[in-house]
Parts: sequence; structure tokens; C-alpha cells
Amino acid sequence: MVGIVVVSHSQKIAEGAVELAMQMAADAKIAAAGGMADGGIGTDVAKIQAGIEAVQSGDGVVVLVDLGSAVMSSEMAIEMLDDGSKVKIVDTPIVEGTIFGAVEASIGSSLEEVMEVLANAKSYKKF
Amino acid sequence: MATKADVLDFIRVYADKMAEHRQELTDLDQAIGDGDHGINMSRGFKAVLEKLPAVESKGIDEILKTVGMTLVSTVGGASGPLYGTAFMKAGMSTKGKEALSDEDVIQAFEEAVGGIQFRGKAVEGEKTILDSLIPAIDAIKAAIQEGKTMAEALAEAEKAAWDGVEYTKTIIATKGRASYLGERSIGHQDPGATSMAYAFQAINEVAQKGR
Repeated sequence: MVGIVVVSHSQKIAEGAVELAMQMAADAKIAAAGGMADGGIGTDVAKIQAGIEAVQSGDGVVVLVDLGSAVMSSEMAIEMLDDGSKVKIVDTPIVEGTIFGAVEASIGSSLEEVMEVLANAKSYKKF
Repeated sequence: MATKADVLDFIRVYADKMAEHRQELTDLDQAIGDGDHGINMSRGFKAVLEKLPAVESKGIDEILKTVGMTLVSTVGGASGPLYGTAFMKAGMSTKGKEALSDEDVIQAFEEAVGGIQFRGKAVEGEKTILDSLIPAIDAIKAAIQEGKTMAEALAEAEKAAWDGVEYTKTIIATKGRASYLGERSIGHQDPGATSMAYAFQAINEVAQKGR
């Protein structure tokens, strides 16, 4: 199953997005990697790397980011993996993307399919 | 020639400066960013000082790499991956060296700049760290080419870095959170360029001490 890692400057945002997504897709492989080791605001390369390792099963991992250093820290975390070729950062709304991604991944979709759903989440109309 | 002791000295002096100027950097960042640059840099370098004793006996490359790895996991903001990558790249370029010749020092700086550019996808003139870093390195290269000593070159580098900081007041931010402000960022001094200028102040102080 495709894994999902949620990277936000806020631990609470990452955990909240994961909590919401788990309600829709309880068996999704999904990790919250928000905030610093002490729970403070920021992004932490080691925490992101641990999140990726926790959800990867060989089918690939998508990393959802909020902004700024979340992107750079995620890039570094991927570079530090032995094989980061199937770990992709996606540009998608973090809450909606986490939910859509979790649902898509949990029905057994491929990395490419999950990435496409997340790319489309940006233009998803709420009303 | 820079010895391992010089490198360690630089890291300690810079770490002290980040603690000393914590409020100033945070105030600068509050004006155009998320107001955490001083807090982040001082937290990162405090962690560096704690890690340093464990690697002091290792090579220059290991020491620089450890500084970089520590920064990426403790700074928290964009400066973590940026400064972290700079130190890690500089570390890679000094692999196996017991002391650094002038060419080695320039090479390490070049690698650090390349790392920051790669990571941040920025160029000069975008109101970033690069606006004090690149002029400083250009000053070093020019001075060495003119036959000046590295200590003289580093004094000129510090001056060029602060000139670069002044220049950031005149330009619009197009990278990072300050870019959300657009033209309102004009008139404000870039916090990242400022923290980088303090790095050259630290290097210069170490160089003048050993003169």
C-alpha cells in the first residue's frame, strides 16, 4: 500500500489531518511528521525521515507539505534515504490531500494513481 | 591555512553570535517573515555546541557534517535545511584534509553556496542569505587573486557581507515567506542575509586572532 506522510510546521495540524483521514480510511499507512522533536513549531528532517520509514512498504510514499521549510526538509529527508526513488513530495492542500490520498491508497491504488488524485485535489470545488 | 582548531573556533564564535543576536534576528524576521529566525538559529547552534565535544577529535569534514546534520534537525525553519546543507557540502569538500589551504577554503565556500542555491532554488537579488554570502565569497576570491593573505581576504569578505545586508533593504523579497509581502518587503533588512553576515564576522574574528 502507498504510504502517506503529512509534514506541517505544526504537530497538531499534521496529527489532526491524519486523524481526519483515518476516520475515512482506517487501514491507511499514514504518518504525521509535524513540528519539531519537542513539539514546537517547525519542520524536522529526522522526524520526516522516520515518518517515511514507518509507512513505506515498497509501493511508494507520498509526502504532503504545508509551506517553506516543509518542502526543503522533506527533500533532505528523501535524499538521506537509501532509496528515495519511490518517495514523492506532492503539491496539494494538506488536509484535503491527506484525506483523499488515504482513501485512494487504502483501496490499493498505485503511487501514480495516488499522486494524480492529489494533484487534482488542488482544483477540488468545495461548493 | 586554516587548521581544525580554526574551524572549531569559528563554529563556537558563530554559535555565540547567534545566541547574542537572537532578539535582533527575530525582530528583523518579525517585520517580514514568521518572526522565528533568531530563535531558530540560536536553538540550532545551541544544539551544535552540545554535539561538538563528541566530534572534536574527528576530521574537519566530520565536524562540518555534524554541524550540518544537527542544524537540519534542530533549527526548524527554512534556515535549517539551508545552513545545514551549506555545512554538509562544505564538509564533503574537505574530506580527508587535516588543514585547509586557501584553495580548500574557497572550494568549501563554493560548495556551501552551491548547496544553498540547490536547496533554496534562489539566485542573488531575491533578498535571501545569498545576498550577503555571494558578495563575501567574491571578495575572498578577488583578494586572494590580488595576492592578499587569507586574513586580509576574510576582512574584506566581512565588509562585503554587510554591504550585501544593506543591499537587501532596497530589494523585493521573491523567496520565502517575505515574498507574500511583495513590495512591502522593501526597506526591511533580510534576516537570513544578516545571520550569514555574522558568520563572516565570526570567521574574520577567528582569522584576525591567528594573524
